[in-house]
Amino acid sequence: MSQAIVIEELRKSFGKTVALAGVNLAVPAGIVYGLLGPNGAGKTTVVRILATLLRADAGRAFVDSHDVARQGDSVRRVIGLTGQYAALDEALTGRENLVLIGRLLGLRAPDAKRRAAELIEQVGLTESADRSVRTYSGGMRRRVDLAASLVGRPRVLFLDEPTTGLDPASRLALWELIGATVRDGATVLLTSQYLEEVDRLASRIAVLDHGRVLAEGTPGELKARAGGQVVAVRVVAERVGQAMSALAPMGHVRRELDEVTVPAHGETGLTEAMRRLADAGIVVDEIALRRPTLDEVFLNLTNGGGKQDAAAA
Amino acid sequence: MRQLLEIYLIAERNVRKVIRTPQFLVVEIFVQPVIFVLLFAYVFGGAIHVANGSYIDFLLPGILVQTATFSGLNTGLAVAEDLRNGLMDRFWSLPMSRFSVIIGRIVADTLLSALAVVVMIGVGTVIGFRFHAGLVEALGAVGIAILAGATFGVVGALLAVIFRTPEGIQGVGFALIFPIVFASSVFVPVSTMPSWLQAIASHTPITATVDAVRALSLGLPLQQLPLTAVAWLLAMIVLVGGAAAVIYGRMGAAIRG
Repeated sequence: MSQAIVIEELRKSFGKTVALAGVNLAVPAGIVYGLLGPNGAGKTTVVRILATLLRADAGRAFVDSHDVARQGDSVRRVIGLTGQYAALDEALTGRENLVLIGRLLGLRAPDAKRRAAELIEQVGLTESADRSVRTYSGGMRRRVDLAASLVGRPRVLFLDEPTTGLDPASRLALWELIGATVRDGATVLLTSQYLEEVDRLASRIAVLDHGRVLAEGTPGELKARAGGQVVAVRVVAERVGQAMSALAPMGHVRRELDEVTVPAHGETGLTEAMRRLADAGIVVDEIALRRPTLDEVFLNLTNGGGKQDAAAA
Repeated sequence: MRQLLEIYLIAERNVRKVIRTPQFLVVEIFVQPVIFVLLFAYVFGGAIHVANGSYIDFLLPGILVQTATFSGLNTGLAVAEDLRNGLMDRFWSLPMSRFSVIIGRIVADTLLSALAVVVMIGVGTVIGFRFHAGLVEALGAVGIAILAGATFGVVGALLAVIFRTPEGIQGVGFALIFPIVFASSVFVPVSTMPSWLQAIASHTPITATVDAVRALSLGLPLQQLPLTAVAWLLAMIVLVGGAAAVIYGRMGAAIRG
């Protein structure tokens, strides 16, 4: 399979802060690739280097086989970028923003208008396309922003936390657009701190923390790597502490809200957990054997470094 | 050729943006310059006596140049705003020259400040300003005022790439521009200042520019004034623009976070 993005030993520091401490990645063409990590993990730095906005201190990076350090113009011809903030001109309408990008990309005026109209329909903004962006909601801005990054039909699309701060409905709409983009043959590099988002969209994931790739693989592989199945138990809130101590002999017990999980160690784990809870006299609301969620994988890998973010997500 | 198109597209966007934002258009092009003309003509006009002629004849050439310096700060503020809101990232990630973004901005602001020049001359004429020399001199005066607008646009761009935030530019810009504008021949003859200040005030680009615009407007002896002014302004465009280009060309470190 050909590679849309190749990164070798990429390093970048800002003053004394090490943003990237030697990152290696290979992103196959034609998929959504998730770059997952807490705030400050280095995700945005990776994207900015790949989009030629930032120079790496060391290492190499290629986008669609173009060296980002030496062939910036060729890279810029094949990429689209949507950052964390909608990069639009507030005073212009959504349509004018898209036409301007089209013209700057070298389309003739009629072609730029046609492409803008296409995208406006695709992102579902037909009714508000001719109002100034100033009047748009956050969700509408993001949709126009995504459309702006699609004007040049990029082969590689960078989406840097595209759904941060969006309401659930807008997030869902954006996810559908991202899916459609990949079906058209583009490669998408998606950064996110939302596990649900990458789990849902990405076919491969790299987990980044403190400027290093901690793990890489398909969501299934990462879940499997976090260990086998877990026993997940739900009890009433005031019994959580007791349940945790009852299960402690089985291994490392984790708690999230009223759910307690412990490694299952094979088929007998479930019955063992039930017996231990019964012996402790704890009434169980729900008990099940399941694979760990990406949240648990993430917490395992980042060693708690991203606990707050992950819990919020 | 390609870059000219880019500059045109960016300039067009910026002009359209200002027209769409009435508070910008009205405040920057009309209210602020007109208020300066009227305020100084009527509030200070009675107290300030100038040799040969009325104060409005003396004042208006000064106000034209003063407005150009403020318009330059607006250029800086707008560039900093684009840097902050991520629009610059988008332009930089396109296969276009990043310099077109700034040059287009300066072209747009120069056009708008040319409009302000016309408005101020109109208002000045209503309250008694007249060009006292020929058409060529009048056009020369207007031309130098507009060139000053472009020059201070370049200065604004340098401030923007150094300070990067609208707040930084506002603070430093005004701290820098205010003294240099007031300690010049914009509002009063330099000869009325204490001698130590005269030594400074008579050697600034602002004074050189105002003196040239004023001599051309009033039909005073030109000596080397227009040449000196144009030399100052072009030298500033080259030096300040060069410094801005070097800094801006290397820019790309994360602007925010």
